[in-house]
Amino acid sequence: MADIALAPRRMPARELTGWIILHVVIVLGALAMFFPFFWTVITSISPGVGLTIAPTLIPENPSLLAYQRLFSELPFLRIIGNSLLLAAVTTVVQLVTSSTAAYAFSRLPFRGRGVVFAVYLATMMIPLQVLIVPLFVELKSFGLLNTYLGALLPTFASAFGIFLLRQAINQVPRELDEAAMLDGAGHFRTFFSIVLPNIRPALATLTVFAFMGSWNSFLWPLVVLRKPELQTLPIALAGLQGQYVTEWDIIMAGSVVSILPMLALYIFAQKYVIQGVASSGIK
Amino acid sequence: MSVSNLQTSLLDRATPPPLPRPARRGTPAARARYTLTVLAFLLPSAIPLTLFVLIPMLSAAWVSLTEWNLISPQTFVGLDNYVNLLTDPETGAVFLHTLYYIAGYLPLVYVGGLALALALNTALKGRSFLRGIYFLPVITSWIVVALVWRWLLNPSNGVVNTVLAFFGIEGPGWWSDPVWAMPSIILASAWKDLGFVMVILLAGLQAISPDLYDAAKVDGAGWWRRLFSITLPLLSPSTFFVLVISLINGFQVFDQVYAMTAGGPNGASEVVVLRIYDLTFRYGAAGEASALSWLLFIVVLAVTLIQVRGQKRWVTYG
Repeated sequence: MADIALAPRRMPARELTGWIILHVVIVLGALAMFFPFFWTVITSISPGVGLTIAPTLIPENPSLLAYQRLFSELPFLRIIGNSLLLAAVTTVVQLVTSSTAAYAFSRLPFRGRGVVFAVYLATMMIPLQVLIVPLFVELKSFGLLNTYLGALLPTFASAFGIFLLRQAINQVPRELDEAAMLDGAGHFRTFFSIVLPNIRPALATLTVFAFMGSWNSFLWPLVVLRKPELQTLPIALAGLQGQYVTEWDIIMAGSVVSILPMLALYIFAQKYVIQGVASSGIK
Repeated sequence: MSVSNLQTSLLDRATPPPLPRPARRGTPAARARYTLTVLAFLLPSAIPLTLFVLIPMLSAAWVSLTEWNLISPQTFVGLDNYVNLLTDPETGAVFLHTLYYIAGYLPLVYVGGLALALALNTALKGRSFLRGIYFLPVITSWIVVALVWRWLLNPSNGVVNTVLAFFGIEGPGWWSDPVWAMPSIILASAWKDLGFVMVILLAGLQAISPDLYDAAKVDGAGWWRRLFSITLPLLSPSTFFVLVISLINGFQVFDQVYAMTAGGPNGASEVVVLRIYDLTFRYGAAGEASALSWLLFIVVLAVTLIQVRGQKRWVTYG
């Protein structure tokens, strides 16, 4: 399908029209996608601007004051550190728990496997709003309130991640592991040297979503981490909203700061997706 | 392909084993080793899921049989909460609003996300950059996105109605109009989640061997032919994933409704989880809220099981 977008020098008129339409649509769409982020950035460098009026495309008095205040009035480095720590641990642990479980659901037949998988999926189906109270009582009884571990434990396994990787492993040709098994590899060897290298795009995708889930999570950290020095980014941002009622520049500066690391991770992971496919040599 | 297809389908106990299964035929020692292998792969996820999701879920089931305002002690009321819910017309209304949301959102986000994934999987100049741009709304918080969309869809001076007026069309009241409140939420949600669907489908597209397309081209297959005979069938595991996840998330739609309309005007966009939230935190009825959560859970579980059963007909695995 790669041929429709590269515009070769000698392209028939019909294909050229398609090529132009494709580019116009994609660029217009990208502008529409970019606009809210652009507006966030503009608001963050326009001190004293309200959100009820339409944003001016070029701010009259651009200033980085909001960013300065963010770092001077809040323990902002500590807050970012907390968020980074939680997101990094969650991501690494979820990659392990999801890939192992996905391998079992794809490659290790056992009695009742379908039912177990259905129970796994079912854990996604009840709204978090209802689980929060029982979860709080439980973690309190473990003495884990106000600890990083308490915030982390409920994020250690994700049915979403397991399901995502199971679908990816199901796409890996079985001939590959059969060949490895004939060479005497056990399930652990097959898992590490055949299956994992072949699902790198999905692993990179899960990395982004696991990190993002933790980075943006609000309700659970709010409930379990009550000490100010344990605050995470979304909670600090929500606090700003109450604290500075009309100071949208600070809130938007906080939003920009919270978006940038995610965007960086996404761009990094996406490169890895393409490399992963190119270097696996099998596809 | 059909054998592995059967093998991976869920809840299908009578599957013929495609791989040699040492567990069933081997010595007791080999069987024990196989069981240990399965446990080694499953326990890292099974332990946290049991402790931190299943057990709280069962606690919520107990709460649903009580009357509780989160402060004073619980009193056991049996199935009263469920009876109240099932006789309350509001319950039917919030489920209908949720279904309306799903019916509008799902086709938009899937077709849009697929088109985007296909376009950005081509050798487009600057495609990494474009993928990043299309992913921006996914990582932007709903608070910001809702503000922007309320502004874009502002009935009097919003961008959308200004453009419509330019073409001589009088735009609707969008989020301030009971009829247009849900379409406004659907539009904003599809816009925000396009990048999510794109990323999942892109990972699926990356896994399809380019050799297949080359072979099809040699055979003279056109673009549409290749789309329907190669891309869509080989992408079906990713499509299945997107549909299951989108339906589960669709039934639990909350953030955007809370931020864009708060369920209004006049409850026209009140959805199930918003009702659960209101019951718990506005009316102090945690028991009824838990009961409604369990009703929602049963509906979502039933829908997912139907999808899982139906996947054999259209999902092909490597």
